[in-house]
Amino acid sequence: MDWHQLWTIATLPDNIPIVAMLFLIPFFSWLGFRQAIANDRLIAQLEADPKLAKTHHRKTWPWQPNWTKELHVWPYLLRIEFLATLIVTIILYVWSITLNAPLEEPSNPNLTMNPSKAPWYFLGLQEMLVYFDPWIAGVVMPTLILIGLMVFPYVDANPLGSGYYTWKQRKIAIGAFLVGFATWVLLIIIGTFMRGPGWVWFWPGQTWDHNTVLYEVNRDLPDLVGITSQPWKGIFGAVVVGLFFALAGFVTHKLIMRKEFDKKILERTTLLQYLIFQFFAITVLWALPIKLLARQLFRIKYVMVTPWFNI
Amino acid sequence: MEPEKPEQPEPKTPVGLATRVREGMKEDLEAIKTKANKDNVKAEIENLKDPTKTQLYKSIFRVKHEPTPRSRSLGVLTNVFLHLHPAKINRDAVRFSYTWGMGGITFYLFIVLTFTGILLMFYYHPSKGQAYQDILYLENDVPFGKLLRNMHRWGAHLMVITTWLHMFRVVLTGSYKTPREFNWAVGVVLLTLTLLLSFTGYLLPDDQLGFWAVTVGTNMAKASPMLGNEGPFGAQAGMTPYNDVRFALLGGSIVDANALLRSYIWHCIAIPTIVSVLLAVHFWRVRKDGGISGPAPVMLESEMRAAGSRAVKGAAGK
Ligand code: HEM
Repeated sequence: MDWHQLWTIATLPDNIPIVAMLFLIPFFSWLGFRQAIANDRLIAQLEADPKLAKTHHRKTWPWQPNWTKELHVWPYLLRIEFLATLIVTIILYVWSITLNAPLEEPSNPNLTMNPSKAPWYFLGLQEMLVYFDPWIAGVVMPTLILIGLMVFPYVDANPLGSGYYTWKQRKIAIGAFLVGFATWVLLIIIGTFMRGPGWVWFWPGQTWDHNTVLYEVNRDLPDLVGITSQPWKGIFGAVVVGLFFALAGFVTHKLIMRKEFDKKILERTTLLQYLIFQFFAITVLWALPIKLLARQLFRIKYVMVTPWFNI
Repeated sequence: MEPEKPEQPEPKTPVGLATRVREGMKEDLEAIKTKANKDNVKAEIENLKDPTKTQLYKSIFRVKHEPTPRSRSLGVLTNVFLHLHPAKINRDAVRFSYTWGMGGITFYLFIVLTFTGILLMFYYHPSKGQAYQDILYLENDVPFGKLLRNMHRWGAHLMVITTWLHMFRVVLTGSYKTPREFNWAVGVVLLTLTLLLSFTGYLLPDDQLGFWAVTVGTNMAKASPMLGNEGPFGAQAGMTPYNDVRFALLGGSIVDANALLRSYIWHCIAIPTIVSVLLAVHFWRVRKDGGISGPAPVMLESEMRAAGSRAVKGAAGK
């Protein structure tokens, strides 16, 4: 085991933020879900007791009768903002005094960096290049992710849970977001910690070996089942992709119809909203992890091969 | 008609110039002495003890600062930097556990980055060869140059993190729901621009790290469907390495001097300008959409109206 290698990666100044994220994401998830659980408990209590629901102020903290409804921004908000800027400034100073921004040799087109890694927040994209051709990984997927994020509010027809933390009232929306977020973070972690020279997979604790030769062969799915000539490869691939769409869509449908409550929400969802949600669920939330697994577990490179493009 | 003439002064014995000056000065000194007499000076010093009463102060701040509700409201509303805020907000909206302050912190980091970025621009030339030397100069010779560069670098990383966390908070609190859908979309664009700011900045030191990251990044553009020369249907659409989207990004077919200049202009002028405009929209919408979404009273499933109507019955007592 070569823990030194892992230490080198983790302490690279440019990687400090991702190490920090390993703490920040759990912390803020805890902070959010703690409040969600408290609210869910209150909701259950009020659902069970309609009389209480009529009089309760509907927040988890106790209500003081002498409280005014509103506060002055000056000083009650401004002092918090001031404090926050102060703390952020201090953090930034300490960080900048203790760690130096990297500066490599002057750029040299004749000397390839190996591995050549993007900054950590782009490593998800770069890691996707392993699983998809550049036009999908670099252009189509990012576009789908961004448009998917933008339409998110427009397809979420659930009127509950606006303006307070809750899990039970919004399992599907929050769940869908978390799946996407987790996949993204996973790709970044793989890209940062598992990828060495030549973008070869090295487990944490393995030494980066610049001379590693990979013997594994990546195959295309049509070849695996004995289809080796066009146009059958393309047709077979289209069928597989179609099947994937149908299956993923079916599973998604089952998942968003599990509870009585979810059915009620679906009733409020228009067909257009439903189809758009399905489209992004299939093309982003399902396709990414499935292609990742197909590659990592079965060494499958393409599922669909055509003369013009491959998927 | 002749205009009426002023009454002629009585003819005096002519006075010499020296006497007149002496007399005049005596008069002036007398006037200053009266001004500077003990009581007057005392009164003025007494006034200075309360600077908020001075003309200078009033000219700048326009309203008195007193611990009265009216004064507190005006203090926020009449200040160009603070007027983004309402005078009063929901008592619960100041709870840190609700927003985590992440939007505000992100904005603050954007300001810090603008500030440190402008300082860096004083030392940086976006030209091949010179750019790298400028970074070395900043690191080794400019007073606090290294600190400046570090703060800009780590501030950028931090801003990416806080933008994500801000988005995470908005999701967990359902704050993107009606009427805030559009502001969420503005936010997604802001997130994209934040990432693009980082990306364009990465090339500027013109070192190996940035050069190869940008090479890898823009090679993806080469593969765009229709628009890139290696992408699906790119060749059919007439794309070559000399007219495709990658060429447009780099100002050439390789990452070179033109790419550096384009990166620089995107990074220092174009994207920050767009971000500033969108931030104005973002904050404006936060206000117009009724302020921060919560912490709102919880809603109950049993109060959901029948399907077809999106509204939920108001909470009890409202
Ligand atoms: C440059 C980055 C951004 C800045 C500086 C920024 C700033 C802010 C600020 C100061 C607020 C007030 C409430 C708070 O502090 O949480 C806010 C609210 C909001 N932001 Fe952002 N934001 C940014 C990016 C985003 C992104 C990426 C999204 C989502 C994709 C987003 C969506 C929203 C929404 C929906 C609200 C209203 C929240 C509510 O009413 O509770 N913003 N933003």
